[in-house]
Amino acid sequence: MITESYSYTVAIPLVLFFSFLLIGLAGGKLKPIVSGVFGTFFLLVSTVLSYYTAYSYFFVDGKLNGAYQKLIAYDSLWLTFTDKLQIHMGVLLDPISVVMLVVITTVSLMVHIYSLSYMKDETGFSRYYSFLSLFTFSMLGLVMASNIFQIYIFWELVGLSSYLLIGHYYERPSAVAASKKAFIVTRFADMGFLVGILLLSSFTGTFDFLKLTDPNGSALTQGSAISFLGLSVMTWSLLLIFTGAAGKSAMFPLHIWLPDAMEGPTPVSALIHAATMVVAGVYLVARLFTIYVFAAPDALIFIGYIGTFTSLFAAVIACTQTDIKRVLAFSTISQIGLMMGGLGVSGYAGAEGLGYTASMFHLFTHAMFKALLFLCAGAVIHAVHTNELWEMGGLKKFLPVTNIAFLIGCLAIAGIPPLSGFFSKDEILTAAYEKDKILFYVQFLVAGMTAFYMFRLYFGIFWNKERDYHSKPHEAPFTMLFSLIFLSIAAAVSGFIPFSEFVTPDLKPFESHIHWSIAIPAIAIAVIGVTLASVLYRKDSDLPDKISISLGGLYKAAHRKFYIDEIYMFITKNVIFNYISAPIAWFDRNIIDNTMNGIAAITNFISVKIRGFQSGQLQQYAYVMVSGLIIIVLVALYFMNN
Amino acid sequence: MIDKIGIEQFMILSTLMFFIGVYGFLVRKNLITMLMSVELILNAVNINFVAFNKFYYPQNLQGHFFAMFVIAIAATEVAVAIAIIISLYRKIRTIDVEEVDEMKY
Amino acid sequence: MEVVLFYILAGMILIFSVLTVTSRRILRAAVYLLFVLIAAAGLFFVLQFEFLAAVQLTLYAGGIIVLIIFSIMLTSHVSEKLEAPGIKKTAFALIACAAGAIVTISTILNYDFPAYSGGNVDASMKAIGTSLLGYKENGFALPFEVISLLLLAAMLGAIIIAKRKEN
Repeated sequence: MITESYSYTVAIPLVLFFSFLLIGLAGGKLKPIVSGVFGTFFLLVSTVLSYYTAYSYFFVDGKLNGAYQKLIAYDSLWLTFTDKLQIHMGVLLDPISVVMLVVITTVSLMVHIYSLSYMKDETGFSRYYSFLSLFTFSMLGLVMASNIFQIYIFWELVGLSSYLLIGHYYERPSAVAASKKAFIVTRFADMGFLVGILLLSSFTGTFDFLKLTDPNGSALTQGSAISFLGLSVMTWSLLLIFTGAAGKSAMFPLHIWLPDAMEGPTPVSALIHAATMVVAGVYLVARLFTIYVFAAPDALIFIGYIGTFTSLFAAVIACTQTDIKRVLAFSTISQIGLMMGGLGVSGYAGAEGLGYTASMFHLFTHAMFKALLFLCAGAVIHAVHTNELWEMGGLKKFLPVTNIAFLIGCLAIAGIPPLSGFFSKDEILTAAYEKDKILFYVQFLVAGMTAFYMFRLYFGIFWNKERDYHSKPHEAPFTMLFSLIFLSIAAAVSGFIPFSEFVTPDLKPFESHIHWSIAIPAIAIAVIGVTLASVLYRKDSDLPDKISISLGGLYKAAHRKFYIDEIYMFITKNVIFNYISAPIAWFDRNIIDNTMNGIAAITNFISVKIRGFQSGQLQQYAYVMVSGLIIIVLVALYFMNN
Repeated sequence: MIDKIGIEQFMILSTLMFFIGVYGFLVRKNLITMLMSVELILNAVNINFVAFNKFYYPQNLQGHFFAMFVIAIAATEVAVAIAIIISLYRKIRTIDVEEVDEMKY
Repeated sequence: MEVVLFYILAGMILIFSVLTVTSRRILRAAVYLLFVLIAAAGLFFVLQFEFLAAVQLTLYAGGIIVLIIFSIMLTSHVSEKLEAPGIKKTAFALIACAAGAIVTISTILNYDFPAYSGGNVDASMKAIGTSLLGYKENGFALPFEVISLLLLAAMLGAIIIAKRKEN
């Protein structure tokens, strides 16, 4: 449905693009703090607009006959290749895009405010803010995209701004390597995404989400009939699109870039690598959910299993890491895996869509508490100037506010009621329980491990033994604390939002309630995890070391992240470089280059030989002209007479 | 009368004149004599124009006017060419065409 | 009468043309060229184009030849004899020109021209004036104006090219 009344939403991203241009072009001339304030101000405008949009969409006029509408708020024809192949730029408003608007602008605003003091003494402050604006612009464009081609464009822009922000400290080789790794891995995955888009659109004949995701439309039935290697073309294209989603959302085995991305500034990690960009994959699957569920249910099962496996895998690694940001990174991977798992077990109509709702709900709550945890970690790093867990400890008396905020975040992610994580995780578990018991048990285990490793982090930072600090750690300044407090409140109370009233796959609200038969065991395992962490890490003891030694190879493997990076290095360096790239490089240098050089040499040789004709003798030229003319006339006469 | 001559005679005359001019253009080294050869060529063409006009299109004067315009253009050509020759002579003190090979490779 | 006149004039044209391109005294070459032009004007008279003949005499014989003689005087010694062209060059040029002439003349002789239509050309001053400044059919007002512009441009160009440069 096309509506005029929301056309102002097009300004939500464009304001930030303007901010990017302004700060990016004029940033060198402004005082750093001025560009920071500019960026924050523009984001505030966009946040207010987003909140207003959410309010009017959900509570005023988004509903028609009891179901939310997909509204095209803005649409313009951008490129016309043929009559059928046209690319639009537009704004699509439906429950998930509106929820994402709120999530992105909220977290981004908090990060902007937080960074005002966190990044204060850094060089490249203006650059940082212009890239933050660029990122927020592209992320908002991504979620508001009205067609799959537009989403692809913003998808790449998001990847680009992530690359720029990870490489913020570009004089550090590790940051450069991390940014390149993130870009290459996601770009590699995006290749699958692009092929998937082309397949999907060539068989359905449209890029438009409204047509693609109409459950009664013709788009879903086309392509299902044609099969390749035992799977229908729709399944293939959707699996390829999921490859792109898995790259952005760090699903196994494309997760390797996310832990390294922690080389970027901590607020960037909070914004991009915890709350917004990495959930773009989840968002993409949710956006195309109708196609998945009707045209390729097998792809959806695959997604469910990949997500759940990733969440277990990342949780195991998270238990062994000692860099606090990396623990949070693996925790992020694990939670995104849960969201994917939730999508994988969801159905379409009515209460069967619980998994979808739960996944979006968890996306929302996770954005709040994971941003909170990252910003707290930033405050801790700000105070003690290290990322290593075992160089911290006993910080609770130096950083009281951060302590409370971090505790709230940990309780929320661990799923202790009444904090937000409990509600969303409960819905995911319920959906999994009703659909697939194996996934349920794995996710249940992951819930316990989440509680364990988060409280390992919490006790390790704030309790445990006090270390020798160079200078006395001090609490963060007010702008940082403001963000922490705001996000703490959000993380604490956002669980009470009745999400199934707003976000469902078929757009019709349904009643959902807490399933105590699942919730109570889940709380129990979370409490067990917390208790275990408290026994091991609350006081300084050698028990953890003993346990890790007794686990032997398993611990070592988990600590080394199951050698996935090494496998990648082996494949790229030894196999691809030696057996594919090296011969190609040889071919390029010897065959291609020599062919070109040979042509140039032959041309040069001939031209040296024939330049004598250009003697500068006027009469010679005239002679050639006259005799040539006579010859031409003779030839013409010869042919005319025959 | 004129019909006893025939157009072939005019054409043969102009052909010979034309190729004498071409010969002069090809062998004369002095730029001014080359210019005179060009005048011969132009005149040969003029004779052709006039003869055709006389023989086949007596009702109009096209050949006549073309000949006039050729004369006018020949005048401009000579004026410019002599300006160039004089300027050249001033620069390199010769008007021998074989010495003027600044434009060679 | 005309036939005899034509052959006399044609013979003059050919002889003086050859002399023009072979004479080794440059001033004489110019004078031979003058004779050629005068003979051509005579041809025009025979063909009853009196106005054109007059133009030929005044413009060519009067204007251009004088210009050429002036430039000869500016650039060469009048008594000086030009050096003879090289034998090789002469031979090649002769071959090319002879070939061209033979091809053209044989083509002319092989072509069956229609007979003289017999009409008389009205080359009176009045007809020429009307036609030259006419802008209807058979009018030459536009080329006439274009030629006048060309003459102006050539005049300016000649002055600028031949002008002695400052310093």
